[in-house]
Amino acid sequence: MPEFLEPAFMQRALLAALLIGVAAPSVGIYLVQRRQALMGDGIGHVALTGVALGFLFSTSHVWMAVLVSVAGGVIMELVRYSGKARGDVALAMMFYGGMAGGVMIVNVAPGGTTANLTSYLWGSITTVSPSDITTIVLLTAVVLLIAFGLRRQLFSVCQDEEFARVTGLPVRLLNLLLAVTAAATVTVAMRVVGLLLVSALMVIPVVAAQQTARSFAATLGLAIAFGVTVTLSGTVSSYYVDVPPGATIVLLAIGLFALTALLATPLARRRARRAARAGAPGAAPAAAPAH
Amino acid sequence: MEPVISLGNGTAELGGHPVLRGVDLTVHPGEVVALLGANGSGKSTTVRAVVGQVPLTGGELRLFGTPVREFRDWQRIGYVPQRSTAAGGVPATVREIVAAGRLARRGLRPLRRADRAAVDRALAVVGLADRGREPVGSLSGGQHQRALIARALTTEPDLLVMDEPLAGVDLASQQVLADTLDRLAGEGTAVLVVLHELGPLAPLIDRAVILSGGRVERTADRPEQLPDAHPCHPADAVEPSARPQLQPGIL
Repeated sequence: MPEFLEPAFMQRALLAALLIGVAAPSVGIYLVQRRQALMGDGIGHVALTGVALGFLFSTSHVWMAVLVSVAGGVIMELVRYSGKARGDVALAMMFYGGMAGGVMIVNVAPGGTTANLTSYLWGSITTVSPSDITTIVLLTAVVLLIAFGLRRQLFSVCQDEEFARVTGLPVRLLNLLLAVTAAATVTVAMRVVGLLLVSALMVIPVVAAQQTARSFAATLGLAIAFGVTVTLSGTVSSYYVDVPPGATIVLLAIGLFALTALLATPLARRRARRAARAGAPGAAPAAAPAH
Repeated sequence: MEPVISLGNGTAELGGHPVLRGVDLTVHPGEVVALLGANGSGKSTTVRAVVGQVPLTGGELRLFGTPVREFRDWQRIGYVPQRSTAAGGVPATVREIVAAGRLARRGLRPLRRADRAAVDRALAVVGLADRGREPVGSLSGGQHQRALIARALTTEPDLLVMDEPLAGVDLASQQVLADTLDRLAGEGTAVLVVLHELGPLAPLIDRAVILSGGRVERTADRPEQLPDAHPCHPADAVEPSARPQLQPGIL
């Protein structure tokens, strides 16, 4: 067994890293598809208020964060649906309100200071406890069940909402479900990369994957592979080198994005050449004029 | 025979401004009806009201004889929105986009083999059978439009509602669209289509309804003569392409 797998805290850290590496891009892909890549950030800021409420009421910080961020996600969805405020304005309110609320409440809590929030802001994967693991496994299971079980439906809603409504899909319900799933993912990921970097794991693996993928299914598969690669390698490197795991994971993800962006153009050219060779005789599209 | 669409004195508002001011529209099974009119005349709002996306503030709308509020049989309606709505932030293949249409029958359940066969058939109808695995981003405007029509056809609808299907579509693809519609209408599918100009669809249109200022200005049963008599937009009158010089068969 490799040395980094021996300590129990590393086993828990790697399990948490693996789960979030799968879950974050699985939900993030729908947010990117709907051009709401920053929604995870908004929910992350609101989750801070939840963590602070956990301190105030001396209850589970993670479950309080789940409750509050789900509420935040649902409110944001309802605001978007009513069309009363622009999406970016609603998001801005969540950013500022969540952050200010968290700082205010944790200072009101007995013996609380903003220092209590630090491990949630920047992540603290090596301090994941056995009970945290249970929560993370449970939430990830729910997230993956929704993200994969309703893949076609969520794809349709995020691709073309009006068309999805005309097909009779319960669009509002699916949007709310997506908001709840995103909120659950944020709270799972906050232990790994921290609330301020949470959205990076939901977005960067997806945008890296879409540089080279041609289909939604391939983008999803590749994004999960990228997500798992960066969360695991970031956690392991922070074991050997004294660097913060959350920041390492995000910087690795950005590196991967840069690499795929560099490879995308030559890959596309090669594909086009191959398609031209394969399709040269009689490859005219069906719509081409007969003459 | 019971009308597929029966809209009586329909009124609707967008952002507090009246857009439809009493539109009457009836479409029978197998009938191809074109909605014409200048920009802002209420064409798109009318079709969006028909598919339940713009609430009517007055009047009565029945789909297949059922008041729209009680209508749940959406799989009988194939909707082709304006093309600009189809681009998402993540790459998707033609097949993935077209398969979304099948959810009208499957709802929240996963797709099965029969659904995949229906997607194959719809792709074949619009001549994209060999393009299913390509990303939609690589298609021309006309092919993209055909993919959206295939998406609407996956449920084998009794009514096809299309919003400006010829916009940004090359002439060759316009002809493919005309042939597809001709075949569907021959099989008894009713079609309601918003058009800016009739183009190669002219011979297929049974009736043209011309809207102006949110009202039906007039209805023409011989729409082949329309573009000359009624330019939809002042600019069309001087555009040679606005006149149906390209008769079917020329391509």
